[in-house]
Amino acid sequence: MSPSIETEAARLPATAPPKPGRRVSLIWKTRWFGVGFIVLLLALWEIAAASGAVPSMSFPRMSAVMVTWWELIVSGELLGELVPSLWRMFAGYFVGVALGVALGLLMGYFRFFYSLLEPVTEVLRPIPSPAYLPIVILFLGIDDEMKIFMIAFASLFPVLLNTYSGVRSVDPIQLQTARTFGVTGWKLLWQIVLPSAAPYIFTGMRVSLAVALIVMVISEMVAASSGIGYFILSAQRGFKIREMFAGVLTLAIVGYVLNRLFVAIENRVLAWHYGYTVQQRN
Amino acid sequence: MANSTRPFLSLRGIRKTFAAAGGTTIALNGVDLEIERGSFVSVIGSSGCGKSTLLQIMAGLIEPTSGNVMIEGCKVDGPPRNVIYVFQQYTRSLFPWKTVERNVAFGLENREQLPKEAIAARTREYISLVKLTGFERHYPWQLSGGMQQRVAIARALACRPDVLLMDEPFSAVDALTRVGLQELVRSLWRELGITVVFVTHDVDEGVYLSTRVVALGRPPATVAIDLPIELPHPRDQIATRALPEYLDYRGRLLAQLFAEEGLAARGAA
Repeated sequence: MSPSIETEAARLPATAPPKPGRRVSLIWKTRWFGVGFIVLLLALWEIAAASGAVPSMSFPRMSAVMVTWWELIVSGELLGELVPSLWRMFAGYFVGVALGVALGLLMGYFRFFYSLLEPVTEVLRPIPSPAYLPIVILFLGIDDEMKIFMIAFASLFPVLLNTYSGVRSVDPIQLQTARTFGVTGWKLLWQIVLPSAAPYIFTGMRVSLAVALIVMVISEMVAASSGIGYFILSAQRGFKIREMFAGVLTLAIVGYVLNRLFVAIENRVLAWHYGYTVQQRN
Repeated sequence: MANSTRPFLSLRGIRKTFAAAGGTTIALNGVDLEIERGSFVSVIGSSGCGKSTLLQIMAGLIEPTSGNVMIEGCKVDGPPRNVIYVFQQYTRSLFPWKTVERNVAFGLENREQLPKEAIAARTREYISLVKLTGFERHYPWQLSGGMQQRVAIARALACRPDVLLMDEPFSAVDALTRVGLQELVRSLWRELGITVVFVTHDVDEGVYLSTRVVALGRPPATVAIDLPIELPHPRDQIATRALPEYLDYRGRLLAQLFAEEGLAARGAA
């Protein structure tokens, strides 16, 4: 038995399948191709605005937006709005994720909690968050508590549902194996069910991250005196069109960076999962 | 050493029925079996005869409809401490998020009150016993099937159980790997003095490995043959399998299985 042969093919997964292309490098297979497309779209925007093809006060040149954006960054004004926004978002997001995982585990693992909570989940889940925002304002006012509550509540459901599915799909053989080693009850939940459901939980967390960003902006647009959502809306009301676009541009960058960070963390935590699924498929 | 009048492991009147569409099916219909400490007992039978069910009942994973399992005079009621069950589906039974090392340590961490260093030492010991030293940091899915089953065996043995229950543990590996695993299990059994109950559908494997082979009949199953295997130890994959006694045991068991299946011995040979 020669161990080196047996494991040669199996290594921790690479992020992308690097296929040796032909000698001419196939640019359209790389990330730069899509980045180039963004640059093209921005250039078209610039041309459309500069040539007067879209004659509107509300449609500044891209370059002007970028200059304004840079000025707002340098002056610290944008960051001053972004920091409280991100703080609210993360506070709400983490509360929502923690509750979503906890409830999802309970519902997936204990029939009692499923019977108790499934109907109420299905009734609350479809309500769009802006609809209950006025109610929440009545109870929590317009300060951070309200926004954190809104974000947490909206982030909860995707995590809850995915955690529940993850728990339900734990391999019964794994549960039985754990039982033969005397692992039952809460220990089983913590040691086997939670890690086994982790890939599902991460899927839910990623959806919730996008939701948290949306609800953060909405809640700031409705009621706030700071934050990026407030900044965008007040810029629009003050006809500061370039500032308005700069705010939206900031959100695009924030969303992109957050997602990349999330993927990086997920790849680390779930490294085992990718190799495992590849093996299962073969 | 088997001087006590009380049998080490005993099954009394094990019945198991399953609810099925249009009534109940009787899988096991009164299985009585007494197993001595330190023996290697194979349970054979055609597929679907309930041999895996019987093993799971012994492991305390499922409850019999009636009858009971006693280990050293204690009734089995849930997985007993001194019994470990090795699943047929090793790919699903190993925890994919744990490395080989963490998998092997799993039972130790949960069953024994051992300090960390002792767990690490024993983990190393059993990894080397199944010849996987150097693979501690690998994940199960980075290993071949035979190696994965060795991880599962090491994980089971590291708890130093008195009884090892194995459910067709080698049915999913190729023939050569299988021979290697057979030798491994036999040598561990002899070295550690444990009791092994081994379910297989392979008569040759049963005879070669065991000190006793029990054949179950078709469902509703009872013990059809209970055959002590008096082949000399150590055994050899080639020499032992050529002994006239070996062939005689094999012939008797096959004849029994074929008769159950309604196959003529000549036609099936």
